[in-house]
Amino acid sequence: MSLWIWLLIACALAYAWKIMGYFVPARFLEDPRTSRIAGTMTIGLLASLTVVNAVVSGQALAADARLGALAAAAIALVLRAPFLVVVIAGAGTAALLRVAGWS
Amino acid sequence: MKLLASPAVRVGISISIATGLYGVSFGALAVTSGLNFWQAMALSLLLFSGGSQFAFIGVVAGGGSGIAAMSAATLLGMRNGIYGMQLNALLRPTGWRKYIGAQLTIDESTATSTGQADPAEQRRGFWTAGVGVYVLWNLFTAVGALAGSGLGDPKQWGLDGAAVAAFLALLWPRLKGREPIAIAAVCAVATVVAVPFVPAGVPILVAAVVAALVGWFSHGRRDEGLEPDVEPYGAHRPGHHQGGDSHGAGVQRKEGTDPGADA
Repeated sequence: MSLWIWLLIACALAYAWKIMGYFVPARFLEDPRTSRIAGTMTIGLLASLTVVNAVVSGQALAADARLGALAAAAIALVLRAPFLVVVIAGAGTAALLRVAGWS
Repeated sequence: MKLLASPAVRVGISISIATGLYGVSFGALAVTSGLNFWQAMALSLLLFSGGSQFAFIGVVAGGGSGIAAMSAATLLGMRNGIYGMQLNALLRPTGWRKYIGAQLTIDESTATSTGQADPAEQRRGFWTAGVGVYVLWNLFTAVGALAGSGLGDPKQWGLDGAAVAAFLALLWPRLKGREPIAIAAVCAVATVVAVPFVPAGVPILVAAVVAALVGWFSHGRRDEGLEPDVEPYGAHRPGHHQGGDSHGAGVQRKEGTDPGADA
């Protein structure tokens, strides 16, 4: 139940960011620092989320089939594959590695 | 049909299909992360911002708390506020259009709109991509969520690997040049170092703080990291991502006077 509450708060705050942009005076755009922080934070969060999903298991680090998924996704991206293909490459590699016996 | 003659509408439709389709992976990952069907749908209908939605389920899947999931999603949503400022200056929406348009303010609709030079085309691009992505993203989230819950053990299908791949694919288009790569590397290391010491979900917030500090003190491009998840105008955009300090050029682009250089 408490997940629902945080989920709905996240939804409300997401809309708050969006609508706030429409009511902020345009001169705030002239402060390059604001948009730069939004940008660096986007990069940092996505990098962190990638790592967490690849090697973190609860409160410990783990090397398992997800590392194979990470490598496969990177190769697909270098080859300029579309998003859906990258995701399928990641899933397929992890599944195959597990069939082959690597947890 | 006359509307289809508009380049912005055509771009908007194709980006809607491309983005909408990967709603399948969001829906499937959401239910295997432990959300139920309606929680997955609530994120797509109400939160409606791909990166934030993946962040929310990514934290939940890693055993993080609801508040950590909410924080990560909210921090990633900050860039939509920047888009809102740009679009408000560009499209000048009034009345109800402002409130509906705000919900449709995401990477894809912003990129489709700001890539056009003509004000009427900018408007058409925004609404086509915004409404199109919204409808298809929600439709395919439902498909993915229904399919995902019938799959049994998600690990057997490598769905945790799918999540890793999805985050890397969202990060990838933003890694252009030395600075964004350095930021990503530093934040990845900060995450790994923090893992043993703090509760699940919190390492992501540690990385966010590190990234914000880098943004505060650095002097990189003002639109670094604000690239859309999907580039509507193809991979080759001359004059963009050449690195260096280009504040002046950035201001010009925001006014939509240089359609070839930014999206």
